[in-house]
Amino acid sequence: MDLNTIHDTDFGTPARVSERMVTLEIDGQQVTVPEGTSLMRAAAEAGTMVPKLCATDSLEPFGSCRLCLVEIEGRRGFPASCTTPAEAGMVVRTQSDKLQSLRKGVMELYISDHPLDCLTCSANGDCELQDMAGVTGLREVRYGLAGENHLDSPKDESNPYFSYDPSKCIVCNRCVRACEETQGTFALTISGRGFDSRVSPGQSEAFMESECVSCGACVDACPTATLQEKSVIQFGQPEHSKITTCAYCGVGCGFKAEMKGNQVVRMTPWKDGKANEGHACVKGRFAWGYATHPDRITKPMIRSKITDPWREVSWEEAIAYAASEFKRLQAKYGKDSIGGITSSRCTNEETYLVQKLIRAGFGNNNVDTCARVCHSPTGYGLGQTYGTSAGTQTFKSIEHSDVILVIGANPTDAHPVFGSRMKKRLREGAKLIVIDPRKIDLINSPHIKADYHLPLKPGTNVAMITALAHVIVTEGLLADDFIAERCEEKSFHDWKDFVAKPENSPEATAEITGVPAEQVRGAARLYATGGNAAIYYGLGVTEHSQGSTMVIGIANLAMATGNIGREGVGVNPLRGQNNVQGSCDMGSFPHELPGYRHISDTTTRQLFEQAWGVELDPEPGLRIPNMFDAALAGSFMGLYCEGEDIVQSDPNTQHVTAALSAMECIVVQDIFLNETAKYAHVFLPGSSFLEKDGTFTNAERRISRVRQVMKPLAKYADWEVTQLLANALGLKMDYTHPSQIMDEIARLTPSFAGVSYEKIDKHGSVQWPCNDDAPDGTQTMHIDGFVRGKGKFFVTQYIASDEKVNRRFPLILTTGRILSQYNVGAQTRRTANSMWHPEDVLEIHPHDAEERGIKDGDSVAVTSRAGETVLHAKVSERMQPGVVYTTFHFPESGANVITTDNSDWATNCPEYKVTAVQVLPVTQPSEWQQSYQRFNQTQLELLEQAGEGKA
Amino acid sequence: MDTHHLTRMANQIGSFFEAMPDRQEALAGISQHIKRFWEPRMRRELQQYLQHGDGAELSGIVLEALQADDDWKV
Ligand code: SF4
Ligand code: SF4
Ligand code: SF4
Ligand code: FES
Repeated sequence: MDLNTIHDTDFGTPARVSERMVTLEIDGQQVTVPEGTSLMRAAAEAGTMVPKLCATDSLEPFGSCRLCLVEIEGRRGFPASCTTPAEAGMVVRTQSDKLQSLRKGVMELYISDHPLDCLTCSANGDCELQDMAGVTGLREVRYGLAGENHLDSPKDESNPYFSYDPSKCIVCNRCVRACEETQGTFALTISGRGFDSRVSPGQSEAFMESECVSCGACVDACPTATLQEKSVIQFGQPEHSKITTCAYCGVGCGFKAEMKGNQVVRMTPWKDGKANEGHACVKGRFAWGYATHPDRITKPMIRSKITDPWREVSWEEAIAYAASEFKRLQAKYGKDSIGGITSSRCTNEETYLVQKLIRAGFGNNNVDTCARVCHSPTGYGLGQTYGTSAGTQTFKSIEHSDVILVIGANPTDAHPVFGSRMKKRLREGAKLIVIDPRKIDLINSPHIKADYHLPLKPGTNVAMITALAHVIVTEGLLADDFIAERCEEKSFHDWKDFVAKPENSPEATAEITGVPAEQVRGAARLYATGGNAAIYYGLGVTEHSQGSTMVIGIANLAMATGNIGREGVGVNPLRGQNNVQGSCDMGSFPHELPGYRHISDTTTRQLFEQAWGVELDPEPGLRIPNMFDAALAGSFMGLYCEGEDIVQSDPNTQHVTAALSAMECIVVQDIFLNETAKYAHVFLPGSSFLEKDGTFTNAERRISRVRQVMKPLAKYADWEVTQLLANALGLKMDYTHPSQIMDEIARLTPSFAGVSYEKIDKHGSVQWPCNDDAPDGTQTMHIDGFVRGKGKFFVTQYIASDEKVNRRFPLILTTGRILSQYNVGAQTRRTANSMWHPEDVLEIHPHDAEERGIKDGDSVAVTSRAGETVLHAKVSERMQPGVVYTTFHFPESGANVITTDNSDWATNCPEYKVTAVQVLPVTQPSEWQQSYQRFNQTQLELLEQAGEGKA
Repeated sequence: MDTHHLTRMANQIGSFFEAMPDRQEALAGISQHIKRFWEPRMRRELQQYLQHGDGAELSGIVLEALQADDDWKV
């Protein structure tokens, strides 16, 4: 696999998979290809590139440009090689005088309506039209440029990342097909006929006004400069590239960082990346400018109180200060008075090092990670039922699904590239069931309509999943053989008796969930009998007081119907941040060592004790919310927080900030002065994904490389900073490259035993478990047996949340994400993505709005038992009456001022999805917002003074 | 730490296991969950609450589970 070429080979048409191979002769050479392969691709595989314009191997052939004509012995005419399938025994010629002259004629027509500004064109060096003029030997254009042409057509510059210059369009239709086939948005059409035909978004709208979601697939597909990245127009063509992995969501798309020296010119999705197969979204492809944003902090800083100005210091001084503070706190308050938080935005190696530093250097297990607030119930629920905490499938598995059940997830916004793959399968005819309080886009999108949408009331998931199970059990839809062979018998019978109770029937639970029983019955029957059925779920499942129970309920349902252990089925958590899976795998939770092994397990602990040369504490440590409680109680005084913004992302902001204010030393390692850093005493500058080597693990357990494309702006990669701190605390670390950290992980973790950088480089990526039993990794889990042996059922009793609506708080607030912004927004807010989402708004149903005299755009106060904030209202039918919705991408909107500290019973994952609130029109920001503004202003001033102290 | 918060968490755990038909399994599930996931200072606090208080904030099954087993104690 060549990881460094700028231009990939374009085989013209997609690869076909077939058991049957056909052999034919092309230009005198024998070629064998799978049945269904085009002549164009067969020729390319034999090394002959047939000229082409409208074909490209990411799209189905279209046959419009007539440049790819060939001659086939015994056939009349000149068929297009892109649309003609290879047949056994064919004898094909791709070159002859006749073909050359036909192709030249085609090119002449194209060029006569094309501006001849090649020397100054942004695509110079990467233009297929130019290439084809060369290949066909075009030397003159008889029709002249003075004739009718489109050279004066105005450009559309509305999209911040790419421009559309219709004067250069050759109407090859590649962009239209990319938008349909690859992205599934159907935003583009060819309007007009014949000579007048041109590409246009929607009804001749500007890109920004159209349905376009700025995924860039059309830009990628365009063979000319018509659709062109603005960064290429600005910087010119790249000269080298490196394969790396997106640092945004859990899809973990492979990217080619195309560079000019140290300057990123563009990010293009990697064709061979198995998570994304050449597709990307607006975040990964375009929103990378934050990495060099002027807000980046590149000098270490310290201060003794958070009311003091920051003081820029050397790395040595900052590290020595942090270490001495941690030692002081442990001497004064005890060994367990400090801890740390690892980040899902950091690499596996970095996460591993932080937990090692805490367990072996701090000498306690007070380590946790942001997965606490998103997918910790997945860890618990899948661990209990199946024996390991991970999705069971690859993304590709969806191509074999007949029924897709989406629960509490919004893939087109939160996991866009996987959302596109899912939409493709749905367009091919797979059935769709959505369980979600909101009418998410997927329910009704181009050529897709959900068979069932069960719009349940927030907080009633468990009643719903049990009702589905009730139907399956009482209507005789169980997979008896699978259950008998693969599951624990007693647990199954307990579960079966429980779900069969009349109080768990859809009729009985309709009042709780708000969903009519017939709908629930229909959905259950479809899931159980519709063929391969796969479940995809997100934070709408986990972020509840019964999050873990719901994950268990999902796992039960898949076992009961035998939808586990082969392609097309399974249970798949869609992970939020890019490395949530990895940070959990790496032992970030306080109760378990890497590979999900409990800290109380003596054999495992001894393994690590031997490797690390220290004794480990056998007791579980504090989880993030416990750390806050302990801080307020005076027994937790110091925190090392790497790459997380707990102040903005954790619930009940005022509780969090009170806890942080009670601590004596907070060390924040980040690329920006985030909200948490405003409460910190030591700031250690972090590095972006472009500045370091490492690996990320996506939602399919796929371990992919992150490759350094530029030097760290602040001198050190994050793993080096952790190493400096460890050494200052007396825990010796001397890694010189992250690959050595991965080797250590592999030595100590059975499911990673076969993982190495060498292997990842060889295969492009590797899915764990990867060991002697599965040397090249594992695509589908639990094929012959569950990781825990037999699968275990648990009864799932619905228990209403403590967050109950009443007269004071009559509405339910639920939270979520949107496509263009990412999590707390620290990265995307510092890019042009904010053009799509400049602020967090409150979505409210017209009925609830009218009752309160609220109009679209009004300022409204959202008040809960925890706090109050003011947002602008967006009146929308997406919400059901009684439910309001917002996002949490901007700190000043304070969405988490309102969320409470209710949490999942098993894992303390916060109940973000259910908060009882009142919403009323107001004219000014909330008290919290006003005090936030003052605090923020002061902190920014203290930051400004940082550089001034040193001369 | 806030005892009220801890008893509330314990009761939440209790309500998951309470639904199990096998009472012994449910009781063991509760105390083992607390042992495996609660940091010692949280468990110590709960222990003190049991020693000095009347346990009134705890649900019946949680109280029973915690009294039936010493393994979770620090
Ligand atoms: S950027 Fe994506 S969504 Fe927009 S028109 Fe192009 S392919 Fe369609
Ligand atoms: S914009 Fe580009 S891809 Fe689309 S039709 Fe024109 S030349 Fe082809
Ligand atoms: S889908 Fe996720 S991983 Fe892929 S480009 Fe978008 S943000 Fe990055
Ligand atoms: S490439 Fe075959 S017709 Fe255009």
